[in-house]
Amino acid sequence: MLSSFLSAEFFYTIIRVSTPLIFAAMASLIARKGGVTNITIDSTMLMSALTGVLVSAFTQNLPLAIFCGLVMGVVMGIFMGYFHIMMNTNLILTGVAINTFTRGATVMILYAFTGDKGSSSLVKSLAVGNWDIPVIKDIPILGQIISGHNGFTYIAFLSVIFTWYLMYRTPLGLRIRAVGENSSAAKSVGENPAKIKLIALAFSGFFSALGGMYMSMGNMSVFITNMTGGRGFIGVAADAMGRGNPIGAMLASLLFGTANAVANVLQINNFPVDMVMAIPYVVSIAGIIIYSAHEQHKKNSKIKKAIAEAERGEAA
Amino acid sequence: MSTAEHSVPAIEMKGITKIYSNGVVANKDVDFSVNYGEIHAVMGENGAGKSTLMKMLFGLEKMDKGQILFEGKEVSINSPAEAIALKIGMVHQEFMLVPSLTVAENMVLREEPRKGIFIDHNKAIEETKKISEMYNLPIDPNARIADLAVGIKQRVEILKALYRGAKILILDEPTAVLTPQETEELFRQLLILKEHGHTVIFISHKIREIKQICDRITILKNGRSMGVYQVKDISEGDISRLMVGHEVKMNLDKKPASPGKTVLKVEHLSYGYGEGKLKLDDVNFSVRKGEIIGIAGVEGNGQRELLECLSGLRKIQRGKVAINGNDVSKMSIYDIREKAKTAYIPQDRLLFGVASGATIQENLLANRMDYEEFSKAGVLKEKNFVKTAKELIKEFTIKCDNEKQLVNMLSGGNIQKVVVARELSMPRELIIIDQPSRGIDIGATKFIHQKIFELRDAGTAILVNSADLAEIRELSDSLFVMYEGEIVAFFRSLDGVTEEQLGEYMLGIKKQTPEEIKEAFHE
Repeated sequence: MLSSFLSAEFFYTIIRVSTPLIFAAMASLIARKGGVTNITIDSTMLMSALTGVLVSAFTQNLPLAIFCGLVMGVVMGIFMGYFHIMMNTNLILTGVAINTFTRGATVMILYAFTGDKGSSSLVKSLAVGNWDIPVIKDIPILGQIISGHNGFTYIAFLSVIFTWYLMYRTPLGLRIRAVGENSSAAKSVGENPAKIKLIALAFSGFFSALGGMYMSMGNMSVFITNMTGGRGFIGVAADAMGRGNPIGAMLASLLFGTANAVANVLQINNFPVDMVMAIPYVVSIAGIIIYSAHEQHKKNSKIKKAIAEAERGEAA
Repeated sequence: MSTAEHSVPAIEMKGITKIYSNGVVANKDVDFSVNYGEIHAVMGENGAGKSTLMKMLFGLEKMDKGQILFEGKEVSINSPAEAIALKIGMVHQEFMLVPSLTVAENMVLREEPRKGIFIDHNKAIEETKKISEMYNLPIDPNARIADLAVGIKQRVEILKALYRGAKILILDEPTAVLTPQETEELFRQLLILKEHGHTVIFISHKIREIKQICDRITILKNGRSMGVYQVKDISEGDISRLMVGHEVKMNLDKKPASPGKTVLKVEHLSYGYGEGKLKLDDVNFSVRKGEIIGIAGVEGNGQRELLECLSGLRKIQRGKVAINGNDVSKMSIYDIREKAKTAYIPQDRLLFGVASGATIQENLLANRMDYEEFSKAGVLKEKNFVKTAKELIKEFTIKCDNEKQLVNMLSGGNIQKVVVARELSMPRELIIIDQPSRGIDIGATKFIHQKIFELRDAGTAILVNSADLAEIRELSDSLFVMYEGEIVAFFRSLDGVTEEQLGEYMLGIKKQTPEEIKEAFHE
């Protein structure tokens, strides 16, 4: 079993299963920087995953399908923003309502177009292929790990860089951060916080859409009911663990992805499936608890150290 | 400056009326005008309508009636963006800065210099430097706002407005948060702006400051204008009379104190380890039954931290605090209130004092809901609830429609009365009061002071903090002065102690000997 963990294949799997988490983490990051914790990422992923599959199945046009999936994501983001920001509804209630709606809506739409409530396997949809990276693909081990991934996977890593530049190098990013941290400050210089938040949510929906379409048009080429399985929420957790830094959020996503990959291997080795599948989620919760306990401990020991220092100074 | 600019005021507001949705008339037929190159004071008591008038000028509030003329032409200002376009800038009481961003980033927010699609950070820093040199207001463009002192943050606010081309600058009570030295520095900066031909609108209720720096003054009272005066032609007494309508005099019957045994003991209390400078540094004092101990000091010298350590809001890091012999660090806030019988009236009443979305009745009785008289098996006894609430409203003269009204519909003074009624209507051993009369009218202040004296005479130990020197002198039997987290002076009696003397300790110019300060602590 140990050999399964040390193989290049295992590391390839980590990257593969981390891909949707990275997209979701970026989606969460941009929204949260703008002051909105987006809990509809998972359902946005689901809607876009379905949209992409259906459009590609009925038009056999992959670029158009991806475009429609992205538009669906942006619309979902703005939809959430419209209620929460423009109509001033409670964030959690709005999120739960959208999530509940989406669960039903995806099944209904799937049934209406394919006649099946479980998956889209009755229609033939398209998918983005795996890309080999020239030169690197020929390097032993490394090539096996990082080359030959799905196109969406490379886009996921590019989106981390994109998000970093967007947040820290562009006027829009500066405004998103300002609005999220102190919206009256932004307002006082004539900014419209509602507009900026809507834009942030549109970006959030855009990245959610990419994560969703990876699942139904990359990793697999079929839509399955509730196929996101809470990955959107794991993305929110990864973003929280990365403390709002895109690189940190990516690393946290890879950590959760690793837990997922471990679960996959254990599953093959006849461990109880349900327990094994709980691992990533237990790791997520444990990770967050350990992290905040560590932060608290750091703060306390800093205080203790300062007191001890003061006492030594007084004794001398 | 040309004569044309002299003849037409920079800004004219005519017949401004503003009524808030809760029926409060904030402004009624107010006329207001300012010229270029003057520092113009807007004065009035809390709630006189100063801030509302200025918010309408800056596009943050909509007026119900009236017109605004900019250089003689009628304009409508519906948003801060439109005000900024007319070269109007505003420095708010609460700073409008983003703490995690740098000075330069805050400066250029929404007017970012660009290089392609990216922000040109170097240009942003250059521009910040340029404007800071031009007006002689030094600043480090790379400093993070969160790391800056209050006075410097305010400077960033002023620079921010100037960067946006402001010619007319509104400052909303700028000195309220500043130390005397920072205030002097601010005045220097404002005079520079005036030299540059800018207009400064200075909102304040400190007469001395206005006398020192302003050219003209508009006085507001109860939402109406009491006229415009040349500052040099009007005396402090006249200003005061126009503002409040009567001489401010507080003659309360105050009997001499007869202190009993020690209730509160604070020994070697220090706070703020691991964050740089200590907020409290070896503080020792005690409060006995039947006496009022006052804390004087410029705000931000550890008073808030001290009171929050005593009331359980902050964890005690080092030293000992005991109430009637009970160690506070081992008690929850509930225990401090119920077992040690301590009442606490916080400074920030909306944040800590009341649940603003709850009713008056709920707020009045929130501290005794679990008493047998008010609930049984987790169900409230509505009848007793209403009865007691009604009694308290009457006793503390809270102005409201009925006990079911929401607290956030009340005026500041009445909200404070709700807090005071809740905290002071139960028998307590110790009462801690932070800023008893901040932002409330004279009637309510007088009432609260009277209540404090009654409780003292009944044998309660009372600790009061106030940034208002007149108030703290009025209330205290004994008083200590805090400066940079330390007790720097203690006065057993205030007879013959002048405000000027206290001021010297408050500003850190003088410090008593350790022996004199030790007097603050009783075994």
